[in-house]
Amino acid sequence: MSDLRELYQEVILDHHKKPRNFRRLEGARHVEGYNPLCGDRITVYLKLRDGTIEDISFQGSGCAISTASASMMTQSLKGKTLADAEALFKSFHELITGQARGPEETADLGKLEVFSGVREFPVRVKCATLAWHTFHAALEGKEEPVSTEEGHE
Amino acid sequence: MSIRPATRRPRNVQATPAAAFDVEKVREDFPILRQKVHGKPLVYLDNAATSQKPQAVIDAIQRFYAQENSNVHRGVHWLSELATLDYEDARVKVQRFLNAAESREIIFVRGATEAINLVAHSYGRKHVQPGDEILISTMEHHSNIVPWQILCEEKGAVLRVVPINDRGELLMEEYEKLLGPRTRLVAVVHVSNALGTVNPVRKIIELAHRRNVPVLVDGAQAVSHVPVDVRELDCDFYALSGHKIFGPTGIGVLYGKARLLEKMPPYQGGGDMISSVTFEKTTYNVLPHKFEAGTPNISGVIGLGAAVDYLGKIGFAATMPHEQDLLAYATEAVSEVPGVRLIGTAREKAGVLSFVMDGVHPHDMGTILDREGVAIRTGHHCCQPVMDRFGVPATARASLALYNNREDIGALVRGLYKVKEVFG
Repeated sequence: MSDLRELYQEVILDHHKKPRNFRRLEGARHVEGYNPLCGDRITVYLKLRDGTIEDISFQGSGCAISTASASMMTQSLKGKTLADAEALFKSFHELITGQARGPEETADLGKLEVFSGVREFPVRVKCATLAWHTFHAALEGKEEPVSTEEGHE
Repeated sequence: MSIRPATRRPRNVQATPAAAFDVEKVREDFPILRQKVHGKPLVYLDNAATSQKPQAVIDAIQRFYAQENSNVHRGVHWLSELATLDYEDARVKVQRFLNAAESREIIFVRGATEAINLVAHSYGRKHVQPGDEILISTMEHHSNIVPWQILCEEKGAVLRVVPINDRGELLMEEYEKLLGPRTRLVAVVHVSNALGTVNPVRKIIELAHRRNVPVLVDGAQAVSHVPVDVRELDCDFYALSGHKIFGPTGIGVLYGKARLLEKMPPYQGGGDMISSVTFEKTTYNVLPHKFEAGTPNISGVIGLGAAVDYLGKIGFAATMPHEQDLLAYATEAVSEVPGVRLIGTAREKAGVLSFVMDGVHPHDMGTILDREGVAIRTGHHCCQPVMDRFGVPATARASLALYNNREDIGALVRGLYKVKEVFG
């Protein structure tokens, strides 16, 4: 049970039930992300200004991990420079895959630390990173939907 | 922490299975069931994905490699003769299992997917013309959709889909309407892997045959649950996978009526499927070898033969009442968990319990159940059109086999209460 509690922390369950920044952003660039394994489908909306994330939001449906991750990602990224956002994604990925480096090399994850429990559940890493990969694709100006895999089931 | 155990006996369910079937004795035949997962006894409820293997199948494969390994159909030496005999003997076992008229109607392939692809590629390409129609149903597995889409795209033909009702049953009157003068083939699943629906294939075939339309039945999910008699069904093709009937992976069967198979062009070229080759002209081998190019999956075939023997020894007369009893028990027990909704409530069902839970994604259910040692499947089960039909992105699916017992269902239900506890 302890590792389940680690995975499904109160903060994560709260963001799952009440996702933040869960709306359409009119006139923003957006990309759809899809995880065929669980059927999760989200759209990330992104507004940039002078190399900074002016606004970011998402919509869609997914499991608790992917919804909470998307919700908390939007909170963490708002107002960040693109370089900071990239560094945060890298650190987040390292956190959930259990490759975390020393604190001096890692961007400050802040609240995102609650996702550390994911590393005990390797099959759920894709759930936690779906929003981030989708954000990344939006950043690169991609328009095609992003998939976590090529149709395995 | 309080987990409500499912000790109360559901209504309308007999206290003990009707037939003389000792599930505990059967469980001993499956070594994997002695395994622990996350420190808990394994509760394997993902049988629609693949079934576990009895010791008899594991032994047959081991014996082949340890004592008989050689190639089939071409050696003059003793080992090759032995392997060929066992390989062809397994074909006869499968023939009897399906009650096919002749063993040459049994083509060994990689699985049901390849069986369907073989028919689409060989029969379909020969007989389907622009404007023709292939008729499938909403509840098909992707393996019985995509090969036909590829064929239709190539030929300029049209894929037509028979709708289903809210219980997950085929709308037979719609089916009759869709059977038209341009219908060249009906391809339909016998038992749905996503919903558990048992389709009225006998009736489906009869209606198609009245219009001289041949029917392919995808039996991947059916053959471990219900006896299949291809002559009684009068199906033209029947596809199955060995690994879903307690045999090894990588081996499956296409049954086809000899008169159809004989007229069909080869599916793949290579060794064993020819009788003579010159650079000017190649003469193809007779059935079934025409469709078995290259060295086949010999150990797989022998393992499948052992699986069919195993199933035959226990008998559907014993397994069916047990499985029906267990499905009724599980249906009631799972339905009683607050917030759970069943997806697929057909009147004729076999082996599958698909469900969703309010406010909890199936993937989260799957993770929490796994920590309890309970293996279920979550996702779209390769049936995305079914998920769309029911307006869900995914379901949780518990699927049964002859070795599952009421303790397994109890563990599933306790796990579902744990899901509710985690999600508050």
